[in-house]
Amino acid sequence: MNSLKPLLIRTLQLALVLWAVVTILFLMFRLMPGSPLAAYIDPTFTEEQQEALIRQFGLDKPLWQQYFTYLVNLLKGELGYSFRYRAPVAERIWLLLPNTLILTFSSLIVAYVFGILAGAWLAWRRGSRVEVAALPVVLATRAMPEFWLGMVLLAIFSFSLGWFPAGGTRSAGTDYSSLWALYTSADFLSHLALPMLTLAIYSQGLPLLLMRSNMLDVMKEDFVTMAKVKGLSSYAVVVRHGARNALLPVVTSFAIAVGYQLQGNVVVESVFSWPGLGRELVAAVLASDYPLAQGAFLMIAIVVIAMNLIADLLYTFLDPRISHA
Amino acid sequence: MPETVADTHESGVARIFAAIRLPVGDPFALAGLVIYAVFIATAICAPYIAPYDPSEILYTADYDLASDLPPGAKGHLLGTTSLGRDIFSQIVWGARSALLVGFTAAFMVAFIGSIVGLLAGYFGGWVDAVLMRLADVAFGIPFLPFVIVISAFSEPSIWNTVIAMGLVLWRDTGRVIRSQVLSLRSRGYVEAARVVGSSDLKIILRHITPNILPLSFLYGSIAIGWAILTEASISFLGFGDPDAISWGFMLQDAFASQALARQAYYWFIPPGLAIILVVSAGFFISRGYENLLFPKLGR
Repeated sequence: MNSLKPLLIRTLQLALVLWAVVTILFLMFRLMPGSPLAAYIDPTFTEEQQEALIRQFGLDKPLWQQYFTYLVNLLKGELGYSFRYRAPVAERIWLLLPNTLILTFSSLIVAYVFGILAGAWLAWRRGSRVEVAALPVVLATRAMPEFWLGMVLLAIFSFSLGWFPAGGTRSAGTDYSSLWALYTSADFLSHLALPMLTLAIYSQGLPLLLMRSNMLDVMKEDFVTMAKVKGLSSYAVVVRHGARNALLPVVTSFAIAVGYQLQGNVVVESVFSWPGLGRELVAAVLASDYPLAQGAFLMIAIVVIAMNLIADLLYTFLDPRISHA
Repeated sequence: MPETVADTHESGVARIFAAIRLPVGDPFALAGLVIYAVFIATAICAPYIAPYDPSEILYTADYDLASDLPPGAKGHLLGTTSLGRDIFSQIVWGARSALLVGFTAAFMVAFIGSIVGLLAGYFGGWVDAVLMRLADVAFGIPFLPFVIVISAFSEPSIWNTVIAMGLVLWRDTGRVIRSQVLSLRSRGYVEAARVVGSSDLKIILRHITPNILPLSFLYGSIAIGWAILTEASISFLGFGDPDAISWGFMLQDAFASQALARQAYYWFIPPGLAIILVVSAGFFISRGYENLLFPKLGR
């Protein structure tokens, strides 16, 4: 297969990117002010714990040896020991990752369904008063600080109307037999509603504007004119001929949006005390829990890079107009 | 893109203005420019417009702390904070930090991105390969977490945001300008200049740069918004400079002082609206540039 080679190259390139980001992370946390041990060792750890960590991460060795020990440990999934939780960082991160992913994907799915439909509709109503009024509003949602939108929704729907809880993932005192039972409970979903809505309102602008401009392009193409000439109803032209072809680039942008969303999550999770990776990163940095901060940063970076790769692959495979060369 | 820009023989300043081509013909862009003008004027004249020192703790006539006053009470246009600071004065002074961060960061992003794009596109080969792999790395860095770590490890200052943006966000500008330069490089007048023996530097400066300047400004006007939003997020999360009054700091102050539970909308709505206005002004201008640069899209 001819098309596999460039994909292989791209995958290797992004593996190199991951390595570079890992290296930057190492340097950031080693060159920070304070003792070189501070990145892994808290003074309140017991002597045995401290010695075990010094041995595991080679903290008494020169910097370049530490770097290789760090890489080997990463490959083994060893991220150190959290200062605050007295638990392995990896354990903590696996606990938080589902919360972040649920928030990210639920909000993006809502945003994309709405954005695609509204974008297609606005393209269809091109030049109407609704369209003229809608565009600045959509642009303004892109200009909102996400955390501010979260604050406003929180003040209205939680503190004023009392419809939704103010933060967290579940009410105090509730317990569920399994994670699945938790995630499908009405309690969890009502906690999810406001942060999800916040991120969805912020994110719908991208698919909406993309869908609209793609529709406008597609509607000018020959086969759409043909369909109109054949006397198909405007609905059939828009949905069957326009939308299907305009959809591809929008779908591709979903992967990129996941990467961006993860970064935006950092603030929104903090507003809603949502126990995810972003809030943990902020809390860990504020509390000087460096191993946990590094772990959370790394996990976010891995997802961002993986999504960049997926977007590249989708772009190459889905769009026949892009050559594989 | 028209090639005439490179061929005109006007004075340097006039050429730059012609090259920037402020999109005043577009109603969106014009609205954006007007919003910018108002905010710049506010930022410059802040000491004359703001009735109080934004960080001064105020007292009422009977020596009580002037805290949590609703809008209009005792001459405070937008009310006061829980610490007795005048909200309207904070909004006015906040324009200063917002525009300072916005314009310097946008300049860094547009400048670094343009240089990278010019070098990669013009020289190609290994220069291009190295610079574009660097751009890949920049795309792999989660931006906001990166700014958080940078801000946490340095002295609190609004410049952390600017530096972090300069280090990471040149990536989009760099890629777009590179592909633009790739197409310009093969144009007739560039080839002609090369044949008559113009140096690379001269070709880049005289024939290519003027044609990519509008693109640099397009990405610069988007970056202004990004910078203001990023600075607000960083301040909100508590990594900002506690001595600088910014809109993000105001929102953090309101959030930490339970303004949401107390329904103190007058406290946290105005800073958010101010951010939306300035950031969307940047988006409006960038759309104006897009229409100017790619008129065939016609939207």
